Amino acid sequence: MTDRGLITDAQNTWCPGCGNFVIQFALRDAIQSVIDSGIERERIVLVTGIGCHAKMADYLNVNSFYSIHGRTVPVATAIKMARPDLTVICCAGDGDAYAEGLDHLVFAAKRNSDITVIVHNNRVYGLTTGQYTPTSPLGFRGRSTPGGTREEPFNPLEIMLSSGATYVARGCTRRKKNLEKVIGEGIRHRGFAFIDVLQVCASYFNLSDVYDRHVYELGEGHREDNFSGAFEKAREWDYNSESPISIGIFYRTLRPTLEERMEKPPGQIMNRPALITKILESRT
Amino acid sequence: MDEISVLIGGRAGDGINSAGLIVAHLFSQLGYQAYMYFDYPSLIKGGHNFTIIRASRQKVGAFRAKVDFLLALNQDCLDLHTARIDAKTVVICDSSRVRAEGICIPIPDILKEEHAPPVMGNSCIIGAFARAAGIGWEVVEKVLTQNIRKGLDQNKKVARRGFDMARGYVTVPVHDSPPLPLLSGNEAIGLGLLHGGLEAYIAYPMTPTSNLLHFLAEVGEGGDLLVFHPENEIAVILMALGMGYTGKKTAVGTSGGGFCLMTEGLSLSGMNEIPVVVVLGQRAGPSTGMPTYTAQSDLHFALHAGQGEFPRLVVAPGDAEQAFFWSSLSLQLAWKFQVPAIILCDKTLCEGYYSFSDPRETIPTIQPQPPGIPGTSYLRYKVTDDGVTPPLYPPTKETVIKVNGYTHDEAGITTEKAELAALMVEKRVRKGMALERELALLPTVSRYGDPGADSMIVCWGSVAGVCREVADSLGMGVVQPVVLAPFPKDGVKAVLGNPERVLVVEENACGQMEMLLACHGIRASGRVHKYDGRPFTVEELKERIAGVP
Repeated sequence: MTDRGLITDAQNTWCPGCGNFVIQFALRDAIQSVIDSGIERERIVLVTGIGCHAKMADYLNVNSFYSIHGRTVPVATAIKMARPDLTVICCAGDGDAYAEGLDHLVFAAKRNSDITVIVHNNRVYGLTTGQYTPTSPLGFRGRSTPGGTREEPFNPLEIMLSSGATYVARGCTRRKKNLEKVIGEGIRHRGFAFIDVLQVCASYFNLSDVYDRHVYELGEGHREDNFSGAFEKAREWDYNSESPISIGIFYRTLRPTLEERMEKPPGQIMNRPALITKILESRT
Repeated sequence: MDEISVLIGGRAGDGINSAGLIVAHLFSQLGYQAYMYFDYPSLIKGGHNFTIIRASRQKVGAFRAKVDFLLALNQDCLDLHTARIDAKTVVICDSSRVRAEGICIPIPDILKEEHAPPVMGNSCIIGAFARAAGIGWEVVEKVLTQNIRKGLDQNKKVARRGFDMARGYVTVPVHDSPPLPLLSGNEAIGLGLLHGGLEAYIAYPMTPTSNLLHFLAEVGEGGDLLVFHPENEIAVILMALGMGYTGKKTAVGTSGGGFCLMTEGLSLSGMNEIPVVVVLGQRAGPSTGMPTYTAQSDLHFALHAGQGEFPRLVVAPGDAEQAFFWSSLSLQLAWKFQVPAIILCDKTLCEGYYSFSDPRETIPTIQPQPPGIPGTSYLRYKVTDDGVTPPLYPPTKETVIKVNGYTHDEAGITTEKAELAALMVEKRVRKGMALERELALLPTVSRYGDPGADSMIVCWGSVAGVCREVADSLGMGVVQPVVLAPFPKDGVKAVLGNPERVLVVEENACGQMEMLLACHGIRASGRVHKYDGRPFTVEELKERIAGVP
């Protein structure tokens, strides 16, 4: 790893036209601006799950923990808990974050763990060749559902708002500049930052046209600190029907983070031998 | 009177466990070694709970079929334990709830007069017991003072009333050995982990290791130990690996069901080489089984859990000292060799209490791995002679540290190249061999009884206590492998010698240790199994061994 830049020399194996490239460059630029603001590169840790998105761990030249399917968030939570001086970013897929590991996502929001979760939401399983995900539209014909799915997608923004996330945003790989902004703001946010990224899958579910038609940026009039306004805005599109799809920061607020609440007041820490002896005496 | 056994029983919520501990402490003060077994069903109030406390001049790790004193807080306690009573047994009971011959104390009346809550009935019966056993009031007062945090004065008054109403039956001789601490197996494991350098403990509650979580959480409130209880066992092990990535020495605790959820994470630890210690408390399975009862049926699960092949350390301590010793070493060894370690224990050990002789002076310090050299050329999986890569943890200046659950190259970048894949498999295999070499210097096999006997018992885990005692009385020898992976086959063969009979005693139905021995060319000639959730009593095991052809 002699390259001092942010991209490794690992061979990139994403399909041509994959939305992951856009996320990669947006994330690289966001990380670069974090570094420019004075945070050393060695303080940045990337955690990825399993799926096309997860190759980010191989491609970005930062500390990384390439985890298993669905398990980015507990790893990231623990890294931040162990070392609050680290900046911890998760890249997860929609299969990762919304199917296999949904419980962890909900709990991280509940706890307000100071990590950033970027969900590469292409609404299809790519690496396993085209099955439906929790955010695929009703009737999606994938290889495991040749007759079409018989369940509606859920809306991850609603779940995150209900679970206590203090930063809820959506981006789209068709809008790189906006994406870089919501990722950068998410990393800088003190608390749990969640970013759902509508990502084009060039091979299995190319929604470029749909997103180009419907995606618009939240305007000046949107108040990020208004929970019910954010909730209403999040419900504008149900991940199923054709309707306007807003991107940007839906909600942002501050409350104590898990790490702040776990911080112990500086006190007298007993050395281990003395602690063990004291406990043994108390049991005698 | 070299030894004495006491049973205390009542409903859940009567404070039976704490009453048992008070009795064990009384014996400690008199210079005895104590062992306490706690038997309780999986409910919060009601049911029948009991403890058996056995005190002896020698170290004990098992209880007998008969008891010398039976302290009954309800009629069940008498009816369910008639087989434990003989002509010499002294029954002490609550006369309002139990019809029995013996010392009958009107406990509710005393509590009412002293304005004491019902749970203090246990102090009352302990007071009566102390008098009946000839234990001086000053000893009772001292033990109550040391062990009761809430309502001490009232407890003392109530105990004194019981004491005064009883009469002496025997006088337990006093010995001048200094009192030893009483530790549960869980506490011994926790202290051993702390001794080994534990920095974080993550767990989701599950019997029989929940009390380890509680114990370490208390320690964590006052010190530099991070303790966390997340949403499930999958999160537990992944959090532990996240902690380990930053260099924090971390352990987790669970039982079989939770360990099922952890296995994918365990395999990740094998691949990404982040160490973790798993305290695996066995209980009667399969599935939910009998949550509060014991078993030794997860040996092969512990040995083989997780997809793929990777080195691991599995230890099975048999008593509190071994639990402390090997918990410390497990943590140290896991970190030195960057492998997962499993401390395989069971309900009997975890929730039993033992007189504890501090083993700290005997525990070797494992030389840790020297750290890697920071800089842009650092390779997290650099291939070395012994397979272990000098570690670094983030943040390290100008160093990128990549860990990966995919097959990876030395830098931690995913690869599917044939030669790299084979190289990395061999790297991990060599780590296992290096671990084995280090273990060869450690007491991986314990032995008891007559070393030259022509009849030998092989056992593992908490059963060692009862085996030791039975072997002594039958002139047999005992071999207890404490390390189960990598299996110390040479050590076991050397200690076993070439006896006429090899009996394997274990608390499962399929003979899991026997299978493990057979894998290493050690053949058993007979076996004794138990799988009803209850540990062997001394008499039961003796009889069962006598019945083996």
